[in-house]
Amino acid sequence: MTTGMAIEIRDLSLTFQTADGPVYALEKANLAVRPGEFISFIGPSGCGKTTLLRVIADLEKPTSGSITVNGVTPEAARLGRQYGYVFQAPALYPWRTAEANVMLPLEVFGYSKAERQERARRYLAMVNLAGFEKKYPWQLSGGMQQRVSIARALSFEPALLLMDEPFGALDEIVRDRLNEQLLRLWAETRKTVIFVTHSIPEAVFLSTRIVVMSPRPGRIIDVIDCDIGDRRTLDIRETPEFLKIAHRVREGLRAGHSYDD
Amino acid sequence: MSAPSGTPSRILLPGLAGMGAAFLAVLLAHGTGGILLWLAALMAWLLLWLANHHWSAVPERAPTALARAGGIGIPFLFGFTLLFLWEVICVGLKVPTVLLPPPSMIGARIAGSLPTLGADFVQTVIRAVIPGWIMGSLAGFLIALLCDRFGFLRRGLMPIGNFISALPIIGIAPILVMWFGFDWQSKAAVVVVMTFFPMLVNTVAGLASAGHLERDLMRSYGASWSRTLLALRLPAAMPFIFNAFKINATLAMIGAIVAEFFGTPIVGMGFRISTEVGRMAVDMVWATIAIAAIAGSSFYALLVLAERRVTFWHPSNRQK
Amino acid sequence: MRMANRSGESAFVPVATITALIVVIWYLACLPMNADLPQLKDAQGLGNRYAIAWALERPVLPSPHQVVFELYHSTIGTRLFRQTADGMVLNPRNLLFHAWVTLSATLVGFLIGAMLGIGLAIAIIHSRVLQKSLMPWIIASQTIPILAIAPIIIVALGSVGLTGLIPKSVISAYLSFFPITIGMVKGLSSADAMQLDLMRTYNASRPVTFTKLRWPAALPFLFASLKVSISISLVGAIVGELPTGAQAGLGARLLSGSYYGQTVQIWSALFMAAILAALLLALVSLVERLTLRAMGGRP
Repeated sequence: MTTGMAIEIRDLSLTFQTADGPVYALEKANLAVRPGEFISFIGPSGCGKTTLLRVIADLEKPTSGSITVNGVTPEAARLGRQYGYVFQAPALYPWRTAEANVMLPLEVFGYSKAERQERARRYLAMVNLAGFEKKYPWQLSGGMQQRVSIARALSFEPALLLMDEPFGALDEIVRDRLNEQLLRLWAETRKTVIFVTHSIPEAVFLSTRIVVMSPRPGRIIDVIDCDIGDRRTLDIRETPEFLKIAHRVREGLRAGHSYDD
Repeated sequence: MSAPSGTPSRILLPGLAGMGAAFLAVLLAHGTGGILLWLAALMAWLLLWLANHHWSAVPERAPTALARAGGIGIPFLFGFTLLFLWEVICVGLKVPTVLLPPPSMIGARIAGSLPTLGADFVQTVIRAVIPGWIMGSLAGFLIALLCDRFGFLRRGLMPIGNFISALPIIGIAPILVMWFGFDWQSKAAVVVVMTFFPMLVNTVAGLASAGHLERDLMRSYGASWSRTLLALRLPAAMPFIFNAFKINATLAMIGAIVAEFFGTPIVGMGFRISTEVGRMAVDMVWATIAIAAIAGSSFYALLVLAERRVTFWHPSNRQK
Repeated sequence: MRMANRSGESAFVPVATITALIVVIWYLACLPMNADLPQLKDAQGLGNRYAIAWALERPVLPSPHQVVFELYHSTIGTRLFRQTADGMVLNPRNLLFHAWVTLSATLVGFLIGAMLGIGLAIAIIHSRVLQKSLMPWIIASQTIPILAIAPIIIVALGSVGLTGLIPKSVISAYLSFFPITIGMVKGLSSADAMQLDLMRTYNASRPVTFTKLRWPAALPFLFASLKVSISISLVGAIVGELPTGAQAGLGARLLSGSYYGQTVQIWSALFMAAILAALLLALVSLVERLTLRAMGGRP
């Protein structure tokens, strides 16, 4: 195993046995992720992007191939609390305030009460939710809830952040703002981020590298370097460099039969 | 949007007038009777119905005090109407009391037999219902925890539990009387058996109700089963557990009272009902039933209050 | 956490295992439960003591096979009909006779209660006054131990000459009426707001909206409350046989078994009641499945 790699995936395959026959969710995926990268997985439904993310998180087990996360097995990484996971829905516990939700992993991991409160406050401020600590999830908008979810994933400072279409349920305007905030957070903290999305502009805007996937069977068909510079604002989405990369992504999806039915 | 002006008077005037006419009718029923009684009763009925009709037309979400009071006021008026009609018809038409005694008679009997009724209440509710309800619910809860931990137990016990919930468990009463004797212990045992299964079934359903994403979250933290139970599954199960608490409150009352039909020392609500029925003392029977109704609904109301505090986060308890 | 659906996994093995475990525990419990009886006081040897405990005449806890034999004996093993001065009638010595007495009251009460419940629910849905004044009382009635009223109904109706089937049916009807009303009100108002709006764009009248939208939407709720109702109805019929010392019916058998210390009679009456309840529920489930299939619902 090459040292220093945040994630190393070799010939990873995952087949589900369902009542309708086997489903080839992933077939011989290969990928190496360096620390500090922002990687997007993009593709249509059924291409295996969420499945690959869940394998990294040890929420699914592969049928063949190998994978290491921070040099250890995914299970060791999970038990060692080395990543934070952000789901498609905020998945906040409705009986806990925003603050208490952010403190949840810290409670599980045994941090002291003072430490928990300090971190909760700090990370809620980092996602621009200072002052909303005592609010309950249903008192917050969808975008705010998702931000609490991100603060929760950051609160125990894992080196790796796994995000599964976190902004998919939000409208475009809120989404743009959250994309900016996420990018700023990443620039500040320099974590390794794996980000699943089905929005091409979002993938190009956020990532240092884009992994294009296609379905039936799920495989990686292209890995695109996204070198449009580090200081990105939303205006960058109209520059020719941006559009060129977006075009390449679209071509990749088409080649992978994403637009067929 | 406010209600049309004059709405308060359209409700209050007929309402108050109707209540006045109702009292007049009741007095006449106990007194001279005659055509005046029936006129007063009819007037009262129409006026009260009119008040309720107008009150129901007030939009529910209107910010006026009248709209907010409507939630309680309308059923109250309706209940009052029923009560006065009951009194007037029973007394005015001289309905045989064995068929249906008037409320005044029942009220007089309650006032006159407080010690007996009190002793019955203690025997049935304090000694049988409450301890049985607590023990049965606790047992159901603990077994449900075991079922959550061990999937095999859950898959085997759930269908059996669902099946037994549908059976006439009250039939167990004579057997338990044989095992535990005539006193309150056998009645408490009946309550335990009756409350065990709804609690078991509901708790298991509640523990399984936590969402997939929330559970994956705990897995991503490497949290143990007990940790996940305390932080996620138990709070998520609370609405279901309180649902079972409420169901069990009614089942416990029914179980204790009916179990007493099968044999009991000379005190207890079920005992009182079955013996007084044998003596045709219907006012005493109805008095006991009234006490049982009040006890049952108060128990339930307390549980609803507790539920609102514990499951404040559930959509059904939030103002939308 | 596989994507493959595991909920179709058979529960047969666990259920069978737990049931077998319960039966075994039952058999084992016969000795300690019956230990105070005279027949066991001087008996020696575990095998011997168990053999006696499982065959007692008036046990505190009968063994499973004793109950089964008694059930068999009092149903198939006894003549179902007998000759009397009035012709062939059901034999009161046969447990099925008592089962039929209770069952008939249950069914009559259930049908009346169901029709009244559905009718009232329809009225409540279409009238704001009823909804706001009556519904709270119906919901509150769920918190009252209504079964306590059973004796008084028997006596009241008895005083005007109605005995036997009718008072018990009234009790059953009264009990089954409430869950059906509540369930149907919930079901009839469960129609999706968007679908109600669609009906309004068609300028559909209230009866049409009712038959085409509200009623089909209410069916799942109807069947759920029918199942609850029929169980309660059976309990009502049984309890209705208790207060005045009725001679016929499963409740009467329970009571007389209790008075005369006939343990096995109590248990067999109880099992018969359980079998009845299971059959009634299976019947409602069957009707439900056929109806849903006719409506194109998922099996």
